[in-house]
Amino acid sequence: MDVISNLLKILSDFVADLIRSILGFSPFLADLVTMGLAAVVLITFAALSFMGLTYVERKVVARIQDRVGPNQAGPFGLLQPLADGIKMFTKEDTTPASADRWVYNLAPLVIAVFALASFAVIPLAPGVVGTDLNVGVFYLLAIGSGSIIAILMAGWGSNNKYALLGAFRTVAQLVGYEVPMLLNIIAVVLIAGSMSLIDIINHQTLADGNPGIPHIVYLPLAALVFLISGIAETARSPFDLLEAESEIVAGFHVEYSGMKFALFFLGEYVNALAVSLVFTVLFLGGYAGPILPPYVWMLLKAAVVIFIFMWLRGTLPRVRIDQMHALNWKFLVPMSTVNLILVMIAVKLFPTSEAAARAFGGILVTPAAQALILFTLNIIVLLVSLSLASRAARKQRLAEAELLERRRAANMAAVAP
Amino acid sequence: MRTDFAFVGVMLVTAALLMGVTLIAASFLRPKKPNKAKLDTYECGMTTVGDTWVQFRVQYYVLALVFVLFDIEAILLFPIAVAFNSLTLFAVLNVVLFIIVLLIALLYAWRKGALEWE
Repeated sequence: MDVISNLLKILSDFVADLIRSILGFSPFLADLVTMGLAAVVLITFAALSFMGLTYVERKVVARIQDRVGPNQAGPFGLLQPLADGIKMFTKEDTTPASADRWVYNLAPLVIAVFALASFAVIPLAPGVVGTDLNVGVFYLLAIGSGSIIAILMAGWGSNNKYALLGAFRTVAQLVGYEVPMLLNIIAVVLIAGSMSLIDIINHQTLADGNPGIPHIVYLPLAALVFLISGIAETARSPFDLLEAESEIVAGFHVEYSGMKFALFFLGEYVNALAVSLVFTVLFLGGYAGPILPPYVWMLLKAAVVIFIFMWLRGTLPRVRIDQMHALNWKFLVPMSTVNLILVMIAVKLFPTSEAAARAFGGILVTPAAQALILFTLNIIVLLVSLSLASRAARKQRLAEAELLERRRAANMAAVAP
Repeated sequence: MRTDFAFVGVMLVTAALLMGVTLIAASFLRPKKPNKAKLDTYECGMTTVGDTWVQFRVQYYVLALVFVLFDIEAILLFPIAVAFNSLTLFAVLNVVLFIIVLLIALLYAWRKGALEWE
């Protein structure tokens, strides 16, 4: 049992020891080779899950839309990702004559590298993590901004009007939705008291290794907003304005083909996978779970989050650009800010650690009681904001209807003799 | 500590190498038969008119400014969140005041119509 649950850790330790014994004469070289090997393993994991995800996504969305999905290549179409890969590999690659060559060719590389680099800090099992940075969450946000640069590079370098429009839209969207994401991550960091992803998981785990209270119970509102802004950050439907096929054909990657297009796709899927893994770590307790080995729990929870992404993609229509900005700036950002303020005050008034309670006043409570208080607070904020928003939306709808009616009347008057 | 960040560097270099190798390998495998029509800028079959790199709408700029406002706020709030347990109630109220001032700035931008997308 112990061997199975620590399988990944034992394997990685074994390989690290092996390398150290072979390259014993130079600790620096041994470290470098170990890190390089770990990086290759993480990148391979990401790339393989990218291939798997394309298949699963097509299958799931097909089922939601009452289609069959890929079913020709291999049993149940399981070899479809391989066929796609061969096609991408051998497809002719054109660079528009008027493109800015360097920027155009570098963009897919940049997006793929930044997407893969986020896997450096995500823990997959106890002790199995690329590197446990003490600023882990901050690193993820910084690396996530890299893809914005890549998209702007692609849109600008293509010298194509559709591509440039798509890039502008994307940058405005990604930049905007980073704000609610940041605010809610701050709320999580506040409760966990650390930016390291492993510390955040430990805060959701009991001392004996069993799962404790996940942060989704503490902060249901933060989890919801993080999920929404995560979908927008990875530019998935219903926020896929950047590739709106019916408006700007494919957005920033309209001029790309072959392997470069595949790298954009890889970046998109790897980002989605990273967001779901981060959601698992921040809100669902990471790899903590009973009976099954930790890495299975981690992947199971992430799979549920990814399934929600696919479900939303198969169900919802694309939002309009003004609705997209309004949802972010007029709803998510004010709501998250107010929520953050209330969480700050509540955590200070009801601390869980004895030292904090003794030093600064406040009522000492158990983690469960604190979770209950924060949960109630979050739900109240959510309900109040929803009722305010629905009232404002009704007002706007009525105003729009009145305007339409007035215009219609004016038209009728103009036509009538 | 240094080795922690060294892994990030190794990860970036390895990712760039692996992805670069796939790009280069693909360039040997794929056909390369360019002609003038193929290398044209795509625009629904017509030739493009005018320059692509022209002025863009000011709205994007305004939103970027509001974003910078909140991004700086977040940079200041992350260390506060980490050290939260050792802050006094007075310090926390100061932080709350700081966030409220930002919220007022957002409301001002909202009232001025900076968040409208026409």
